[in-house]
Amino acid sequence: MARFLAGRCAILLATLLAASVLVFLVLQVLPGDPASIMLGTSARPDTLAAMHHQLGLDRPLWQRYPLWIAALLRGDFGVSYTYSVPVADLLRARIAISLPLALLAMALSVALAIPLGVFAAARRGHLSDTLVMGVAQLGVSVPNFWLGLLLVLLFSVKLGWLPAGGFAGPRSLLLPAVALALPQAAILARVTRSSVLETLGEDFVRTARAKGLSRAAALWRHAVPNALIPVITIMGLQFSFLLAGTIIIENVFNLPGLGRLIFQAIAQRDLIVVQDLVVLLAGSVIVVNFLVDLAYAALDPRLARA
Amino acid sequence: MSALLELDDLSVRLPAAGPVPLLDRVSLSLERGESLGVVGESGCGKSMAALAIMGLLPPGAVVSGGLRFDGQDLLAAPEAAWCALRGRRIGMVFQEPMTALNPIQRIGAQLAEGPRRHLRLGRGAAESEVLRLLDRVGLARISPDRYPHQLSGGQRQRVMIAMALACGPDLLLADEPTTALDMTIQGQILALLAELAAERRMALLLITHDLGVVARHAARTLVMYAGRVVETGPTPAVFARMAHPYTHGLFAASPHAIMAGGRRRLPTIQGQVPEPRARPPGCCFAPRCAAAAEDCRQSPPMLAPLDAGHLAACYHPRAAA
Ligand SMILES: Nc1ncnc2c1ncn2[C@@H]1O[C@H](COP(=O)(O)OP(=O)(O)OP(=O)(O)O)[C@@H](O)[C@H]1O
Ligand code: SF4
Ligand SMILES: [Mg+2]
Repeated sequence: MARFLAGRCAILLATLLAASVLVFLVLQVLPGDPASIMLGTSARPDTLAAMHHQLGLDRPLWQRYPLWIAALLRGDFGVSYTYSVPVADLLRARIAISLPLALLAMALSVALAIPLGVFAAARRGHLSDTLVMGVAQLGVSVPNFWLGLLLVLLFSVKLGWLPAGGFAGPRSLLLPAVALALPQAAILARVTRSSVLETLGEDFVRTARAKGLSRAAALWRHAVPNALIPVITIMGLQFSFLLAGTIIIENVFNLPGLGRLIFQAIAQRDLIVVQDLVVLLAGSVIVVNFLVDLAYAALDPRLARA
Repeated sequence: MSALLELDDLSVRLPAAGPVPLLDRVSLSLERGESLGVVGESGCGKSMAALAIMGLLPPGAVVSGGLRFDGQDLLAAPEAAWCALRGRRIGMVFQEPMTALNPIQRIGAQLAEGPRRHLRLGRGAAESEVLRLLDRVGLARISPDRYPHQLSGGQRQRVMIAMALACGPDLLLADEPTTALDMTIQGQILALLAELAAERRMALLLITHDLGVVARHAARTLVMYAGRVVETGPTPAVFARMAHPYTHGLFAASPHAIMAGGRRRLPTIQGQVPEPRARPPGCCFAPRCAAAAEDCRQSPPMLAPLDAGHLAACYHPRAAA
């Protein structure tokens, strides 16, 4: 187990490093000069040069990357070109919205998808299976922003139960979280169903029945834990989609989260904000996949040895 | 007193797999403490028979005929009654020790499941029961905290046997319990099974395609071909006469006969078991039978007595030696 952990941590660090280099390089070749956007197109060449110097943009790339990383590790995220406040402050305020939103969406998706998937598998071929999978098929093909708009029309405009946009406390996160969660839950439910079906055909489920376990007991105690192993992989992958979805949904619902911040920062060439944000998002995806690996090992004793 | 287990013209059909029955009017009976060896080539329906007795046939299977256990009509029994029998009064050891255990659960937990459910043992009592069971099947030095992948094939099969015996069943179904194991381990496992069966006066239904195993470990023998019983009787009588040409063919092709000839290769009888959907109208064995005559291809032969308790389904049974 210790060797497994050490190996996974090494991979985690290497991936984080590679991702940060990639993010840095890609943003450098993006067109648009932050200094000229800040100062306007009519700025004089010497003011531009002074601004370049102030932002550190006159140094060569190979010097700027280590400076940036070293600062990040110290917790210094730099100062936003456009807002002129520390990026760390910007991020802190936005994460307070985006993180609960992503977690709520993930929790909703899992809480919905896994019981439904297991239920459909257990009732394979029955009307209820067909029904659940039909709805899931629908859910897979609906884009989350469109679903978001529908939800707003129904619950905000028509019924007036929930706010249509902006952030006014946790209630504001409910509709966007549902809009994010439903399409993901649809995919997850289908994956869960097919995984459970496959596991139900395994010999050890028959062994469990031969011990006198009822169909339901064999399902929950033996089939489902085994079936969840591949499902967790998909959950890890879905987290990245969830982050991408957050960016879109926050714009649909006008939520002041990371997604809105990244949109604005890109539009205004606020390079340092974009750079920090993308690395943050990439980092969270990598960390989540690391956690998935750990969950895998915790569930499946055969892996912890490898 | 009625027999412990009675199959009376039991047939099993899987409509999804075709109209021909996978088990065709199989009758057998087993007393307490008695051992019956079921032999036949791959695909002849041995596992189907065991699964029918356990009520664990694939979904959609249609069962007809009679199936009684200790006087109880199982085909009319509700699912809850089956659950109370399985693992409690009928234990089963499966063919594949590699896949028959849950890979992500400790063997101790898997062993304790039956006793906790059927005997209502508490956590502590179940734990000491697990140790006793492991000890009984010769795994005293294996920790119940192990996972199946940490055990060898033979050790896993011992765990399976311990699991099947955990609640002291009256009947043990062993479906090719040693096919997946190497030769020396095979002998040990079979000896263990026979010993445990004798010790507890447990009836044993031993499925195998190895006639040698039957000769050594079963008091009675039942030979199956293409879903039907073709010969059955006391093991000495069946082996002495081998009245059905198929039984004789199995023996001629068994590993022991071949090893005596100095060579070891996979035993086969000429030709193949007919697919359930392609069974001939008369005797199923006719296409492969050297003794086949015209009458054999007209209608299937019925089981008929040869001498005391010895029956064969053949129009031209081999004469007694
Ligand atoms: N789930 C299933 N669906 C359809 N047909 C099946 C199924 N399981 C088994 N069969 C068929 O039923 C017949 C009997 O199979 P069974 O498993 O009982 O044979 P067996 O005697 O146990 O063979 P083996 O020695 O290989 O274990 C075979 O022809 C097989 O193809
Ligand atoms: S009935 Fe005929 S074909 Fe069938 S086994 Fe006997 S002799 Fe052979
Ligand atoms: Mg079989």
